[in-house]
Amino acid sequence: MNGHRLGVDVGGTNTDAVILDEKDDPIAKTKTPTTENISSGILDAVDEVIDQSGVSVGDLTYVMLGTTHATNAITERRGLNEVGMIRLGAPATESIRPLLEWPDDLAAAIGNNTAILDGGHEFDGRQLNEFDEEQVRDCVRSFDHVDAFAVASVFSPVRDDHEQRVLKIIREEVGPDVPVSLSSEIGSVGILERENATAMNAALTSVAAEAANAFIEAMDERDIDAQLFFGQNDGTLMAVDYALEYPIFTVASGPSNSVRGAAYLSGIENGIIVDVGGTTTDIGALTDGFPRESSVAVEIGDVKTNFRMPDLIALGIGGGSIVEQRDDESVTVGPESVGYRLTDEALCFGGSKLTATDLEAAAGTVDIGETTPDVDGDTVSAAREYIRTKIERAVDRMKTSPEPVPVIVVGGGSILVPDDLEGATQVYKPDHYEVANAVGVAIAQVSGEIDRIYSLDDQSRDEAMDDAKSEAIGNAIEAGSAEDSVEIIDIEEVPLSYLPGNAVRIKVKAAGDLDH
Amino acid sequence: MTERITEKTLGDYATGAAVLGTGGGGDPYVGELMAKQAIEEHGPVDLIDPRDVPTDALIVPSAMLGAPTVMVEKIPRGTESIASFEALETHLGEEAFATMSIEAGGLNSTVPIAVAAALDLPLVDADGMGRAFPEMQMVTLTLGGISATPTSVADEKGNSVFIDTENNRRAEQFTRTTSIEMGGACMIATYAHMGAQLQEHAILDSMSLARNIGETLRTAISRGADPVAELLELTDGFELFGGKVIDVERRTEGGFAIGTATIDGFGPYDGRTLQLEFQNENLVAQDSDLGIVASTPDLITVLDAETGQPVTTEGLMYGQRVRVAGMPCSEKWRTDAGLNLVGPQQFDYDIDYEPIEIIHNHERT
Repeated sequence: MNGHRLGVDVGGTNTDAVILDEKDDPIAKTKTPTTENISSGILDAVDEVIDQSGVSVGDLTYVMLGTTHATNAITERRGLNEVGMIRLGAPATESIRPLLEWPDDLAAAIGNNTAILDGGHEFDGRQLNEFDEEQVRDCVRSFDHVDAFAVASVFSPVRDDHEQRVLKIIREEVGPDVPVSLSSEIGSVGILERENATAMNAALTSVAAEAANAFIEAMDERDIDAQLFFGQNDGTLMAVDYALEYPIFTVASGPSNSVRGAAYLSGIENGIIVDVGGTTTDIGALTDGFPRESSVAVEIGDVKTNFRMPDLIALGIGGGSIVEQRDDESVTVGPESVGYRLTDEALCFGGSKLTATDLEAAAGTVDIGETTPDVDGDTVSAAREYIRTKIERAVDRMKTSPEPVPVIVVGGGSILVPDDLEGATQVYKPDHYEVANAVGVAIAQVSGEIDRIYSLDDQSRDEAMDDAKSEAIGNAIEAGSAEDSVEIIDIEEVPLSYLPGNAVRIKVKAAGDLDH
Repeated sequence: MTERITEKTLGDYATGAAVLGTGGGGDPYVGELMAKQAIEEHGPVDLIDPRDVPTDALIVPSAMLGAPTVMVEKIPRGTESIASFEALETHLGEEAFATMSIEAGGLNSTVPIAVAAALDLPLVDADGMGRAFPEMQMVTLTLGGISATPTSVADEKGNSVFIDTENNRRAEQFTRTTSIEMGGACMIATYAHMGAQLQEHAILDSMSLARNIGETLRTAISRGADPVAELLELTDGFELFGGKVIDVERRTEGGFAIGTATIDGFGPYDGRTLQLEFQNENLVAQDSDLGIVASTPDLITVLDAETGQPVTTEGLMYGQRVRVAGMPCSEKWRTDAGLNLVGPQQFDYDIDYEPIEIIHNHERT
């Protein structure tokens, strides 16, 4: 027997794991508390599912990990690299220096080493300024003790050759082992946001290595000799060496895994996913089986970034949310939450806090805890109505048209969501809904993408599109997808206003299955 | 009265500028950061009352002209605005008393703050639009017979061009063409004028109004107040509509982002829809029951229903809960000459302009 997959999702509260058989059906699942030392939490979860399934470790072909490690490192300013930040564009762009709008403590955490050097391009690919090799070399030498480099060149989404030349010089100066992040490989047009994302990526490479090593060690400890992958925020997978280079793409991979898992478990390709956890509910859109991307700049750790991120609304409502009665008789739920202390503090577990879970226990929709909490009926219905309205509004905001759509509810707190919602054709709670994120990462495909500005003056639109598609497919194959299964999963075409030369920005993403 | 523009108050100017930008005007974020760095390096900027400007003092407005897409990628050097400014002073043979924003809405409201800081000049509390419009000739200074040219244009590489044209519309065309050669965006010093002309033909107190708007929106919720109601009180405006965005249709034509947003009413607007026509800026609002409830040059701004934060035309999306505010424009725009420059027909809408307060008093009786 062969071809089993192990999916692990390390969240803030729980570490979930599933084992899928060779037909990709879940045959074992668990939720265990996330531990301070993540590898012991991973081991607990892995041991549990291996035990449950009876599968021998030799049968595991692929192991996939979803983690919030990178996100937490940014918000907690923990374990970040000191970064040498090089921008090419001088004399343009000098009026706003790199990291200007970063919170002081975050800028300090990555060392505040920045330089604006000659180079960069115009929107149409003309050179903005001569590249000065000696200047770059001197700059690289001048940065003391940096652990990683980040490079952003003006209009590098149009032409990345100056970023590539800096990479080459850094390699010559400091050797092959120091991580270098290039902005053209991370974000899109909008240099400040792209540069921010690139600097964060560079800051995260050690943290990513730590997570990857914990993962690898945990697998070694159990003699699991499978190919390892990380879940990324577009709902696809990346190989470990790629994750080490682009850790920023693991940010928000948790909700993306849930979206993919919900699609897989329900068999629905288009709809809205509601993922209810202990503290928050993430609401995302499922478009042709994948999470829809956000079209606006997303803030991470109070810094604006523009790399691809799932389009999400996070509500401060979860199973542990505290229900509060106001003086005017109105009732609110969250954002305060008892979080992982639910089993100590909720009324139904003998605690003293009225939580969202208690509402369902009192209403008799679920049998949970030790006692049935004594809550008056008006409070229960007002609080449940409050939750319903919040979720209905968020679902509506995620839609792109007024037509009702399927709504798929997953996550440990799914009991909070009513079986009917305004704007929903139907509310689905698929089997294994509580571990949808671990299922999502386990079944994920491998992707490749391209995001570039083409001038249609010297080539036709079709030629430009074909070029973008074949490059995206090539990138997907390079990342590990089986050649015959690769498909184009997303195309976006944006004409650029005010620009001559018939410029158009084309984004194409391709994804394919891993070989079984 | 002189107030000082500091790093602390910059955010309020930018938010207010987004409201006065009526959905367009470019992202004020880049301008805000340029101003932030300039103030950090050179110190705060004095915002002076236009009535205190001597009648024979020279005012030189400063602005950025070009494609918003370029401006978010190839950010200015900072010195090109100084170069264009000083070149115009040299050309005119006179030192400027102050600089000024040519438009109070969007990006160009904050860019001159950086120029003022770097040159250690005051900024006049006034502008040439009282809002945002897409083209250079669309300023009240044009109505006052003030020439846009000589306009001094500069880029970050040290290239500069003087433009002298037969009229202000031609100034727009030549400057736009030059900006493309300069990489899609450039800095200009333009519409040089005297204190007496300023007091008669510019829109006064618009920068402090922007700051007031920003401050009001920032603090209203913490004061338990309704941000939109406070905005309307501040600007003598009207709530035009409240509802949910149910459709946004967009296309690009002649360099404009043109489109229509449809908003489905809730609360007092239940059962009605609002059609919002935009070309970069919001230009016409039409209620399904009442007909046109506001049009250019009056200001139409979409705000998030919960937070009161302004929503740009690019940011309009299905499902947003919004309130739409209409605010009267300057009387200067309501003349025949003003409407010939920026009235609905100048943007190809076949409707006659009616001042917003007249439309709404009609509605009440």
